[in-house]
Amino acid sequence: MKFGIIVFPGSNCDHDCFHVIKNVMKQPVEYIWHADKKLDHFDCVILPGGFSYGDYLRSGAIARFAKIMDPVKKYADRGGKVIGICNGFQILCEAGLLPGALHKNSSLRFICKDVKLKVTNNKTAFTHLYKKNQSVTIPIAHADGNYVCDKKTLKEIKKNRQIVFTYLGNNPNGSLANIAGICNKAGNVLGMMPHPERVCEQILGNTDGHPLFESLISIQ
Amino acid sequence: MLTKDAYRELGLTDQEYKNILKILKRDPTPTELAMFSVEWSEHCGYPRSRKYLKLFSQDGKYEALVGEDSGGIVYDGMAIIFKMESHNHPSQVEPRQGAATGIGGVVRDIFTAGVRPIACLDSLRFGELDDPYNKFLLNGVVDGISFYGNCIGVPTIGGEIYFNNCYSGNCLVNAMCIGIAPKEKLARGKAVGIGNTILYAGAKTGRDGIGGCSVLASSEFKEGEEEKRPTVQVGDPFLEKCLIEATLEALDTGVVLGIKDMGAAGLTCSSAEMAAAGGVGMKMDLNKVPLREEGMEPYEVMMSESQERMLLCVKKGKEKIIQKIYKKWGLEAVAIGIVVKEKKLTIDWKGKRVCNSPTFALADAPIYDMPYKKVQQPSVQIKKIKKPKDLNKVLLQLLSSPNIASKKAVYEQYDHMVQVNTSIYPGGDAAVIRVKGKKWGIAATTDCNSLYCFLNPYKGAQIAVAEACRNLVVTGADPAAVTDCLNFGNPEKPDRYYYFKRSVEGIADICRAWELPVVSGNVSFYNESPSGAIFPTPAIGMIGILPDVERRCTADFKNNGDIIILLGLNKEELGGSEYLRVIHGREEGPPPDLNLKLEKRVQNACYSAISLGIVNSAHDLSEGGLAVSLAEAVMFGNKGAHISLNDNIRLDALLFGESQSRIILTVSPKNIFPLKDIFMLNKVPFHIIGKVAGKKLDISCGKKKLVNQPLTMLKKSYYNTIK
Repeated sequence: MKFGIIVFPGSNCDHDCFHVIKNVMKQPVEYIWHADKKLDHFDCVILPGGFSYGDYLRSGAIARFAKIMDPVKKYADRGGKVIGICNGFQILCEAGLLPGALHKNSSLRFICKDVKLKVTNNKTAFTHLYKKNQSVTIPIAHADGNYVCDKKTLKEIKKNRQIVFTYLGNNPNGSLANIAGICNKAGNVLGMMPHPERVCEQILGNTDGHPLFESLISIQ
Repeated sequence: MLTKDAYRELGLTDQEYKNILKILKRDPTPTELAMFSVEWSEHCGYPRSRKYLKLFSQDGKYEALVGEDSGGIVYDGMAIIFKMESHNHPSQVEPRQGAATGIGGVVRDIFTAGVRPIACLDSLRFGELDDPYNKFLLNGVVDGISFYGNCIGVPTIGGEIYFNNCYSGNCLVNAMCIGIAPKEKLARGKAVGIGNTILYAGAKTGRDGIGGCSVLASSEFKEGEEEKRPTVQVGDPFLEKCLIEATLEALDTGVVLGIKDMGAAGLTCSSAEMAAAGGVGMKMDLNKVPLREEGMEPYEVMMSESQERMLLCVKKGKEKIIQKIYKKWGLEAVAIGIVVKEKKLTIDWKGKRVCNSPTFALADAPIYDMPYKKVQQPSVQIKKIKKPKDLNKVLLQLLSSPNIASKKAVYEQYDHMVQVNTSIYPGGDAAVIRVKGKKWGIAATTDCNSLYCFLNPYKGAQIAVAEACRNLVVTGADPAAVTDCLNFGNPEKPDRYYYFKRSVEGIADICRAWELPVVSGNVSFYNESPSGAIFPTPAIGMIGILPDVERRCTADFKNNGDIIILLGLNKEELGGSEYLRVIHGREEGPPPDLNLKLEKRVQNACYSAISLGIVNSAHDLSEGGLAVSLAEAVMFGNKGAHISLNDNIRLDALLFGESQSRIILTVSPKNIFPLKDIFMLNKVPFHIIGKVAGKKLDISCGKKKLVNQPLTMLKKSYYNTIK
């Protein structure tokens, strides 16, 4: 399964995703430069974490105008698999590929720590190797992870089972309905604040992120 | 406009001005005067400290690398480069930007060496938090580190925070950065090859930070320091991140022959030192420097400390290759000069020559022999210290003392995991990162108990090194090399200078005895406020090597039934302890004794045992002594412990004394015999003091019950002080 990782200026988890796909998952992977205009021959595209364009103005607000984003939209419309992690999630929301937006954490602080998540939907291409409602530990590292959307949207994403991950126990950022990650209605675009790529190897403490990438690869 | 009489305002002495006249054989131009003032300032040229810095040895067990701006070691063909640097005065004036640009500066020093920055640590010191300004400083500094460090994608994996009123009015912000690359990729800070091009890359030059090093960093703090705010630089971490990527990509082309970042003293320092290091001269046209604002004077361009700028020496004819890379990352790269044979720095501005000075004169600051005067601090008479009745209460008080309490609320604001290498998180003794594709890993720590140094600078500085080593050893690492950040008061005052001299001698002696090279460092003088000097604070940064990172060890108690062992001896020592300070309000000595041979044997024994894979947890004893270390191991592991001691010393000294050379280890009962063999082989005193069990920490001595606290109570004290 061929992965592409988009590099915006200021992305800083691009190397991490690249490492996990290549050396842990043993899959082919390439970087995609933000100014490129083509997005062919990939089976999955990752928008990594970081501070694209410094996150100046608002997280993800400038990145959505990058040249590569038009091809990303078309790719997603065709059913291509897209994952946005952290800053990638923020960009996907800004670009309208996912509903809602990400506000500042309720503590108004950047938070980096391991958090417990519940896999609320294990019927997606990204999560089918997790058990239903499985509790997993995946770290977060963000200042703007407080998911919000209007009532109607919340009702809709609940009905369509678009909520994929929720925070278990203490909600670290004040997100609506404890939302940590959602997918689009078609189920081929996933956005999540926690970093699954940070927990794919035992030497880093746990491997709860591994099944996410494995899920994708196994449907190939 | 600067007049020639402005030299005093620029921080130069009358004698220095006379020397400049002698070197140039004429009156200096305003630009030259400004350049000499920054180059000869303590911050850049180290005139008041170099004499003693020469004592540091650069030989060690591992091959040492000592470069122009940073240093490191070679292990398994990889260069591990690291350095610690201060940004104290800027942080006191403007904490957020001061700390942020402190990180930016040291990170640039690292990737300038051609290595990718892989971790940062911060050693911070503030006045006590009951003063709201100190709280403001703490929050501002942490926010600055978080804002800058997180954005550039370098994990902040560790450090330390101490509070003492000696830092009220002069906080300390020392930032350390570690980078790694194959040895053959190392870059040099030299200009070489006559006719080659000098390229300016990165952000535009503005008026920020002018005189930052000569005016702000090289004088004491007085009232009304807010006026100096314009001398603090403003950082843009996004630009820095792009600069890291562009520069590493540029260095990979092989056409960059030398490179230096524009840090303190900006273009002056980078050009003069690159030329001097290469034994060449440089001719520059300042009109070509990209400027952010209009109407700048040439001396301002040369002195500006605008952030995120680099100076490169590029092979003639290959400039376009490099310019294309910087452009790709949205950055400018402009040719501003060439390398020339005559060892002079020649600078033109609007058709006029504004500088024509020998490079060596700028780069070689004078060396001063500073007078010093021995200082003796009072010693405590231990018999006069009242024995506390309720040791439980004392333990809880110590756990909630800001110097001991958990710093979780701080390090959780730093991304400590990005780059997916962090194998031991912050919060324990030392952080550990794995190196991708290798079996081994790197442990890193910073350390300094400045109260010990105040009470006895020689011993205190040695303890700082010894404890940094112990922090590394308990994770399973072999201590490899040292960087330092030497923070002291005004060197022109003989009592302050004595502290500096003795601290450096202490560090030099222990490092020589233990084969630890001092590969890089930084001196920060003039850390004084109207109420006096800070405690002498020679912050020690160290790295160690874990030959097998899978064998890394953490401080938390792991399994019920594990046996708890204390390595080393409990002595009746209370001088300099956090217990004496917090409970009895005394900052008196002497600091604990340090026997270098015993300390080394304890560390060797611990290292061997962890390498064998038979140790389940290991934790260093430091501030707060045995009881605090046990409480921490219990809280980290969420497992209780029964401890029975049998020492015949004062109970407060037994629980809270800070005797050196001690480590607590746990081991499963089946491994106790091989462990004992290791201890006996290393001739190390050890005692089995208890076992892991339950959800309480209880400590008794003989028949006396000393401590009995549920985990919940310990945690309440430990985790709720710093929020």
